[in-house]
Amino acid sequence: MNLAEGVQIVSFGVLALMMIGAALGVVLLPNIVYSAFLLGGTFISVAGLYLLLNADFVATAQVLIYVGAVNVLILFAIMLVNKQEDFAPIPRAWIRKSATAIVCIGLFALLSTMVLVTPWSISTAVPAGDEAIVRIGQHFFTDFLLPFELASVLLLMALIGAVILARREYLPDELATSAQAPVLTLPERPRELVSAGSRDRIPPPKS
Amino acid sequence: MQLQYFLILAAALFCIGIFGLITSRNAVRVLMSVELMLNAVNLNLMAFSNYMDGQSIKGQVFTVFVISIAAAEAAVGLAIVLAIYRNRDTVDMEQFNLLKW
Repeated sequence: MNLAEGVQIVSFGVLALMMIGAALGVVLLPNIVYSAFLLGGTFISVAGLYLLLNADFVATAQVLIYVGAVNVLILFAIMLVNKQEDFAPIPRAWIRKSATAIVCIGLFALLSTMVLVTPWSISTAVPAGDEAIVRIGQHFFTDFLLPFELASVLLLMALIGAVILARREYLPDELATSAQAPVLTLPERPRELVSAGSRDRIPPPKS
Repeated sequence: MQLQYFLILAAALFCIGIFGLITSRNAVRVLMSVELMLNAVNLNLMAFSNYMDGQSIKGQVFTVFVISIAAAEAAVGLAIVLAIYRNRDTVDMEQFNLLKW
């Protein structure tokens, strides 16, 4: 083992520990703001693992898109849905949690035995390395041209759909008449808080 | 460094994501778990691309596609969570039974 392999293995171990710890924190911590920040830590660790896999362009895209866009979006959603509510406890919730934990551990055991048993045909070709971005560009504009254009159309559709789903509905006639409305309040259509299925809500536990 | 290390790591991340997806009750946390699972799949693709397809790196191309789809999914999902929160005044997953029966 030379120096480069040792450095690779040590950095892999550190990144793997960071990633698993942050992911467990995302799932298990009760405060959701901590979960959002730990999600950013998970994304950065995954970007470091991409660097170990000779993919600098995808690591940069991961940091830009996930940490810069998705994580900030999730933080904004947490701020907009900022309601300190204590969820009504479900009877026998531990059965659900333990059953899920057993299933997940079993799935992990299954996947790891599959990974360890399968004889992988490791290619001996030298990895692309610094030419990766050139190869990715060639793939995008030759054999993956149609999915590339479809991805742009899909991003446009997601943009418009998110705006339409998340906007408030204003009343334009009230906007014209109520000129002396109190400041800092937005005229808004009265929302229908009680919707279908509200009678099926879980009743509070009888204690 | 071997392929198996990365595959086992991705499997662990995927299982953590499934656990969070099923057991969490906050709707935003469910979306975070979905992002974890997408990252696990991306890590798998990148590992295969590096160790089995070193010259024509199709796995990295697929990873870029998955990242863009995940960004769109996060935007639409959080907009849906916001709309449901305005409508039902809660983010508890147990009370979202609009499509249940």
